[in-house]
Amino acid sequence: MISILFFEQLLNGIQFGTMLFLMSAGLTLIFGVMGLINLAHGSFYMIGAFSAALIASLTGSFWLALLASLSGAAIAGVLIEIIIIRRLYRRDHLDQVLATFALILLLSEAVRWCFGAFPLYLDIPKNLNGTLPILDDIIYSKYRLFIIFMGLLIATGLYILITKTRLGIRIRAGQNDRQMISALGVDISKLYTIVFALGASLAGLAGAMIGAIQSVEVGMGEPILILAFVVIVIGGIGSIKGAFIGSILVGVTDTIGRIFLPELLKVFMEPASATSVGSSIGSMLIYILMALILIIKPSGLFGKT
Amino acid sequence: MIFEKFLNKWILFFLFLIPVLGFIFEEPYYITLTTKVVILGIAGIGLNLALGYCGLISFGHAAFFGLGGYVTGILSFHALNSELIFSWPFIASGSSNMLVIWPIAILSSAFLALVIGLLSLRTTGVYFIMITLAFAQMLYFFAISWPNYGGEDGLSIYMRNSLPIVNTMDPFTFYVICLFWLLLVIFISVKLINSSFGMAFQAIKQNEERVKSVGIETFKVKLLVFVISGTITGLAGSLYTDLNRFISPSVLNWQMSGEIMVFVILGGIARLYGPIVGAAFFIVLEQTLGSYTENWQFWLGLILILEILYVRSGILSLFEKKLKYEK
Repeated sequence: MISILFFEQLLNGIQFGTMLFLMSAGLTLIFGVMGLINLAHGSFYMIGAFSAALIASLTGSFWLALLASLSGAAIAGVLIEIIIIRRLYRRDHLDQVLATFALILLLSEAVRWCFGAFPLYLDIPKNLNGTLPILDDIIYSKYRLFIIFMGLLIATGLYILITKTRLGIRIRAGQNDRQMISALGVDISKLYTIVFALGASLAGLAGAMIGAIQSVEVGMGEPILILAFVVIVIGGIGSIKGAFIGSILVGVTDTIGRIFLPELLKVFMEPASATSVGSSIGSMLIYILMALILIIKPSGLFGKT
Repeated sequence: MIFEKFLNKWILFFLFLIPVLGFIFEEPYYITLTTKVVILGIAGIGLNLALGYCGLISFGHAAFFGLGGYVTGILSFHALNSELIFSWPFIASGSSNMLVIWPIAILSSAFLALVIGLLSLRTTGVYFIMITLAFAQMLYFFAISWPNYGGEDGLSIYMRNSLPIVNTMDPFTFYVICLFWLLLVIFISVKLINSSFGMAFQAIKQNEERVKSVGIETFKVKLLVFVISGTITGLAGSLYTDLNRFISPSVLNWQMSGEIMVFVILGGIARLYGPIVGAAFFIVLEQTLGSYTENWQFWLGLILILEILYVRSGILSLFEKKLKYEK
């Protein structure tokens, strides 16, 4: 019995991790290439979810909604990059943190203005509803499996993009030496806009896919943004590989910790206090993990020292 | 510099004038609003020491603000229901006396800052920003999921904690208490900044390697600044709980860290009175915009972005430039 529960929670953790990866891949790319700390990344998650909910209510198609989340967030990303973000690349981290903090306030209120304060709902398509038997007696939600599948697909796609294509070569070159590649004739400001839009669209897609399980509301991006930061700090800022491993690590630790820590503590303590202590520590677990990793490796698992 | 001193006197004057007018015309709302400015100003001055003067970009000062607040709330809560807080390793009971609460709030914030500082200062740059954020979030989630003190709903303390002789429930009296703390914190900051220790931590912001090369142990200097900074912010948190007679996990949230940072930057980084001006500007904006539109945060965000993109060195610098032209 406990092993079935464990397996299910492990899958939940991986599903959570793959969505975190979509968020943190963009965040880590943007930091790696442009040196920008983008707190407003969670806003693209929200914009993606709202674009999806809007298109879903107009057309009724989940797949068009997913497409809308990608393009909606990408368009917002391009506009915001051109109007505001590109003025911040040369500034220090403090200015970036503050300007993007202000951008969160601005974008959240703008969305609330357009869509109202009530949460919207995005329906899971019919053929992804229900469950699927995986092993003998383990059944698991089809939609969550779909999320895992999409996450892995995009991770593979990103890997190919970064390692095999010309754009990927430019992105990696941009991480290593910006001045050099602009001297070699690459239009650096266009490259920056593309990277920013790519990151924004991945965040938007994650927002739409999670929005279908939870609800689509203003402020939905901030909790996951903080987790994405934890992920990229654990993985090493700028490293996509680090972001992937960090995401799965954080997703699984968080999910498993919240469920099993109270159970584990019941062995030593009385049930009531085990539940409260366990759930408290369970919700702090990933931050403890992050602190431990930074103490041992101050620049993250795959970060440059 | 001379002009800034002149300006600072005016800031203090207004900080005093508004509550006095509020007192005379029996408008306690303005007294409370100014008290809020004073308290948040103290929190900002605390952060400014680390962030402005020493270059330690802490994105987790809500941890100290919230801890100071929770210590105050918990002590007062236990004084009310006369249960012990804990009985091991020593017996601790609640208290509603500010003279007891303040030292405990100050000491616990200092201890927390010491622990967070010891661990975080091993990293630099973005990693430092993020690890301080992570520690604050850790406390935030702890406060949310710990059911004994209200969890997510927060903790009401009904009666403001007391002091001997004076009546703290009176808005003006409480304002004077907060102003006293503000002046004390400013006095301590001035002494610190102009001391040899102050020279050292300001030099670290410019060039840490050089400071090391003259034989100063920069880690210890940074740690001490971080502890002092966290302690001051923790004190502000304690006063804030008493102002609202309520504490909830939202003061530990990362948005609180962001707001304290905004006070510092809005007013002008590494200016002694900057955080007070920043906090005042923020609150006035919140109140005035909030009365016109529900979406005041949109305009706040816009103003902040414009400030960062175009003004850059804070509100106080605007006055300075104007004076230069007049000459």
